[in-house]
Amino acid sequence: MSTVIKPRTGTKLVKEALAQMLKGGVIMDVVNAEQAKIAEEAGAVAVMALERVPADIRADGGVARMSDPELIIQILESVSIPVMAKARIGHFVEAQILESLGVDCVDESEVLTPADEEFHIDKSQFTIPFVCGAKNLGEALRRIGEGAAMMRTKGEAGTGDVVEAVRHARTILGEIRRLHGMPKEELMSYAKNIGAPYDLVVKVAAEGKLPVVNFAAGGIATPADAALMMQLGVDGVFVGSGIFKSGNPMQRAQAIVKATTFYKDPEVLAKVSRNLGEAMVGRNCRDLAPSENLASRGW
Amino acid sequence: MNQDSTNIVIGVLALQGDFAEHIKMLEQCGVSAKAVRYAEELDHIDGLIIPGGESTAVAKLTDEGSAPIFSAIKAKIAPSEKIGASSVLPMPVYGTCMGSIFLAKEIEGSSQGRLAVMDIKVKRNAFGPQRRSFESDLKIDALGAEAFPAVFIRAPVIVECGQKVQVLSAIDEGIVMARQDTLLVTAFHPEITNDLRVHQYFLGMVQEYRQALSNAVRDSQVPEPVQV
Repeated sequence: MSTVIKPRTGTKLVKEALAQMLKGGVIMDVVNAEQAKIAEEAGAVAVMALERVPADIRADGGVARMSDPELIIQILESVSIPVMAKARIGHFVEAQILESLGVDCVDESEVLTPADEEFHIDKSQFTIPFVCGAKNLGEALRRIGEGAAMMRTKGEAGTGDVVEAVRHARTILGEIRRLHGMPKEELMSYAKNIGAPYDLVVKVAAEGKLPVVNFAAGGIATPADAALMMQLGVDGVFVGSGIFKSGNPMQRAQAIVKATTFYKDPEVLAKVSRNLGEAMVGRNCRDLAPSENLASRGW
Repeated sequence: MNQDSTNIVIGVLALQGDFAEHIKMLEQCGVSAKAVRYAEELDHIDGLIIPGGESTAVAKLTDEGSAPIFSAIKAKIAPSEKIGASSVLPMPVYGTCMGSIFLAKEIEGSSQGRLAVMDIKVKRNAFGPQRRSFESDLKIDALGAEAFPAVFIRAPVIVECGQKVQVLSAIDEGIVMARQDTLLVTAFHPEITNDLRVHQYFLGMVQEYRQALSNAVRDSQVPEPVQV
């Protein structure tokens, strides 16, 4: 009694749904198959493939690009969880290559060196979903207007300092709270002032939340950092350098996974935070030179 | 829904995944829903939904709290002991996507932690990577004439099932909706659509369970015949 069906792939619903299934989970940066297996074993809901973790990009300098496709293929073959990979802002050809490799989601990321200083990728043209970073509501709605199926805070990647992720989450969620219930006659000017598509402003005003899933990213290094972001109201967390730049990646990764689920339970948080060994050394965001400030990339 | 649907409480396993979407659907159906993270939260619910999510991740999260939650769920699905005067009946459970993987006796090529209560064999990620995820209108007789808007996200399919399993929908790649007594599974995600029919079908199973439970309680209260 089986039926032949007409599958519709790459629809907005199908792209946004992938992110919905990742909610309450941790997405971990990995640079090779070995790290990807550790991340999966620790309970990551997805891995993010990139050439170097952000802390190394900061240390090494130079141009940061999409990973070698060979490494991405090795990562795809080594795990069963979704594999995401980073493309440079505006570099739609890197995104085309990543889609052809079979990655499940592209991160158009400020952590890599931008390929275009005016325009982002038209993400609506792709079959696979995109995640993008934002510092405020206007930026988030511009990316969603371009077709992003998932958002994340930018934070300051590779610092191990959560302060910027907190700032961006509080800014976006605070702006949504103020917009929710704003009188209709104020919405057009509000859309103009924050540089966001009017229809998305109307939608957020009515629903009181972003139309897509919103994760925290950029500087999360401890289980307590992850739980802090969850309590502020994000849907899940990305952890970059925080895991594989720490003394005991497996144990720290497991602890951050548990902290993201049991984020409201200080007893569990205390238990998983014990004896994790060295956290990544990190850098204070206040000590960064303006040229080292990755969150300012994106337009 | 009949008159006693308002005091039904459905638990939704909330370790990871789209549990909030299920809670919203249940509330739209007119019943109460509560997030379940610990074994003790399984008390006083009339049914349980295991949502979509990543099964390998959730399998690592089942040991917090006073008791492992999987063994507590299993005790509710396959009760072996009698409590008080009445028999304990198996509680209805509905698994979407990841939920079907946890309920399955067998997972193709994997030995990951699961409940293993439903006589089905599932193939994880049966359609391939996300670019092969899709939506499609599915004819499901049990839900009426109108096609159901089914959304498959890196979805599993059921490749084999036992005799007690009733196939409710199948496509070329395999079975995508099935029921075994009080257990229901779908490979797709009704919770991210506006169509309440799968949740209403599950609530029908919950009402049957509550009816059977109250019959069992009544029967156990029949006084012993007095010997003259």
